[in-house]
Amino acid sequence: MVAQAVRATRDALLAVLDHVMDPEVPVLSVRELGIVRDVDIDAAGHITVTVTPTYSGCPAIRVIEQDIVAALDAAGYPGAQVRTTYAPAWTTDWIAPDAKAKLKAYGIAPPGRAESGDLVQLFRRRATAQCPYCDSYETELRSEFGSTACKSVCWCRACRQPFEEFKAI
Amino acid sequence: MSGPATVPSVVPAPAVRPNELVEYLLRLGDDRLVLGHRVSEWCGHGPILEEDIALSNVSLDLLGQATMLLRLAGEVEGRGRTEDALAYFREVVEFRNCQLVELPKGDFAFTIVRQFLFDVYAVVLLDALTGSSHAELAAIAAKSLKEARYHVRHSGEWMLRLGDGTDESHRRVQLAVDELWRFTGELFAADDVDRAMQDAGIAPDLAALRPLWESLVRDVVSRATLTIPNDAPRVASTRGGRTGLHTESLGHMLAEMQIIARSHPGATW
Repeated sequence: MVAQAVRATRDALLAVLDHVMDPEVPVLSVRELGIVRDVDIDAAGHITVTVTPTYSGCPAIRVIEQDIVAALDAAGYPGAQVRTTYAPAWTTDWIAPDAKAKLKAYGIAPPGRAESGDLVQLFRRRATAQCPYCDSYETELRSEFGSTACKSVCWCRACRQPFEEFKAI
Repeated sequence: MSGPATVPSVVPAPAVRPNELVEYLLRLGDDRLVLGHRVSEWCGHGPILEEDIALSNVSLDLLGQATMLLRLAGEVEGRGRTEDALAYFREVVEFRNCQLVELPKGDFAFTIVRQFLFDVYAVVLLDALTGSSHAELAAIAAKSLKEARYHVRHSGEWMLRLGDGTDESHRRVQLAVDELWRFTGELFAADDVDRAMQDAGIAPDLAALRPLWESLVRDVVSRATLTIPNDAPRVASTRGGRTGLHTESLGHMLAEMQIIARSHPGATW
């Protein structure tokens, strides 16, 4: 039996999506990460959620799409479609300060400002990350590549612990 | 059209034949598919754990970029071929990647030099493609460029460390530069497809990108205390990948890459 569809409003749908968490960073919702770009309800009541992938090869994007459809279905909005867009390209600058605070509390250093499009300078040195455990800036980048595409690996010289940083892109 | 006649401020671009655009998108997509597969061969074999993870991440990015580009190629072609159909059910002669990316992965120095030469090319080309008249290609380029920027930091920093490192690392990375340099001519050798794309404002003038690429490459190579071999023979000797002429190694690679999809067509998991 198909659940009785509730008459959808954009705000109600967005409120549902506030509870769809990123599978890799479960303290942030797909809205807080900026993955959900838009929600549209057409005259016939069909729902389309527009998403953009964080990284082009991010393996979590299919799971995220399924989670979005499942969450809307469970809230009484069945049959939602998910559409992918690439423009504008996803940037960590879309993550708001309160969401960055959640990342830090979770033990991941939040991203700084995304770099500008300077083409010629191949090896820009960026500011060091702040340690999410002891707040020290006495840290170093160990590798730009971490356990997921969106994170790099750092080391804190003050508290002598490794930590992950959300890459600014 | 009604209203007063006006002179258009922009000369309309000539129409592009869809098959030329498909061809161009396959070149971009196949470069990344084939190189992404080659880099993935390091997974579980990296010299240190961080590097194993780094190369696997780079591979994933390249395969993600290939997915976007081949999907678009299939849509423009309009024959119902998905990105998976294009990746797994084409023969060697149908691949449009440059020969540089298909060579076996070699030792770590070889892989790093190849990545560096390609990464600089990717940054320069993708930066130009963000201004493409084809909106979807411009969007894919803008997204991919963010990734190419940290790829080139990774390979470029290794160039410095290996070149200006031990005698052994210097020797190996110089050997790789000597071997790979002749494959770089193909990256900038424009043909009718490239010129059609350029005329339509879809892609940049390849030849015009080369001085910037070369100055960026030469700067890092010299700081890494390495030398670039004599230029003369490189353009003529190795090209043809863009029209389906490949080295022997691509066939072996595709056999491994395609066997599961071909043994179990339509399988899902």
